[in-house]
Amino acid sequence: MSGLSFLTTRLETALGWGRKYSLFHYPFITACCGMEYMSAACAHFDIDRFGAGLTRFSPRQADLLLVVGTVSHKLAPVLKTVYDQMLEPKWVIAFGACAVSGGIYQNYAVVQGIDRVIPVDVYIPGCPPRPEMVLDGLVKLQEKIQHQKQDWRWSRKP
Amino acid sequence: MVQETLIEDIRSRLGQAVESVSDSFGDPVLVVRPGSLRSVMAALREPPFEYAVLLDLTCVDYAAGEGRFELVYHLYSLSRNVRLRVKASLPDADLVADSLTGLWKNADWLEREVFDMFGVHFAGHPYLRRLLTYEGFEGHPLRKSYPWRLAQPRIPMKDKV
Repeated sequence: MSGLSFLTTRLETALGWGRKYSLFHYPFITACCGMEYMSAACAHFDIDRFGAGLTRFSPRQADLLLVVGTVSHKLAPVLKTVYDQMLEPKWVIAFGACAVSGGIYQNYAVVQGIDRVIPVDVYIPGCPPRPEMVLDGLVKLQEKIQHQKQDWRWSRKP
Repeated sequence: MVQETLIEDIRSRLGQAVESVSDSFGDPVLVVRPGSLRSVMAALREPPFEYAVLLDLTCVDYAAGEGRFELVYHLYSLSRNVRLRVKASLPDADLVADSLTGLWKNADWLEREVFDMFGVHFAGHPYLRRLLTYEGFEGHPLRKSYPWRLAQPRIPMKDKV
């Protein structure tokens, strides 16, 4: 029995290692933070160094949903649909103050943080966040993925 | 055309329809009755005024008193390189103005936006429907009487912890 548990632990470590260095991300970009996403994603700051360089423009092929910018109530059902279309395992980063909390907009139009619509793994505050903060958030997500129980989502289901 | 002569010209040609003409930061401001809005605008579009461009059309809610809602039109003349502002106060009981879509095509969406945000109706508009908010949105969010920060979500929202 002890040998089996050793094997599953090794498997979890290997799965986590593989997953954290091959994050295919889907950029859900609605506002000015998109500029900051571009600088973080392109050659200057280059998230490809962390294995997250392959942008997918279909949520069905992505592991990581990057919600970049203000999400309005008009758009909230679209964000929910995009999240539901992604395959497990999946992670979400809220990028910028608007996605984290609604930012400077507290009015009839703007959702007060995307965690009111979908679950969020890492929050990156800032208006807009510095590229260093984006990279820091990405590394924090990688740590989270490495230490997650790798079948945590399906094992929960009946 | 010099400013004074322009104001004189507007007075002489549109005298009865215009309530007042004044000068604001070098540009003339006309105040008209909503009933004569369309005829005044049609005249301003033709020579000698030639205000060929409708730059903006918006509304102001002064929150209290009769004539709470005021429509503001910004016109621009390409041939003379001058601007003009036209204002019309609407009576509270009857928030309707004539549509200007027949004069300027871009009035279409601008009027839809004012309808959406302030609830002002435009008689003769081809397709007066909400522009920025969504189906099922109740009320008009830029009215001062709209409840502060009241959101109308389309899907259930989780509460913040």
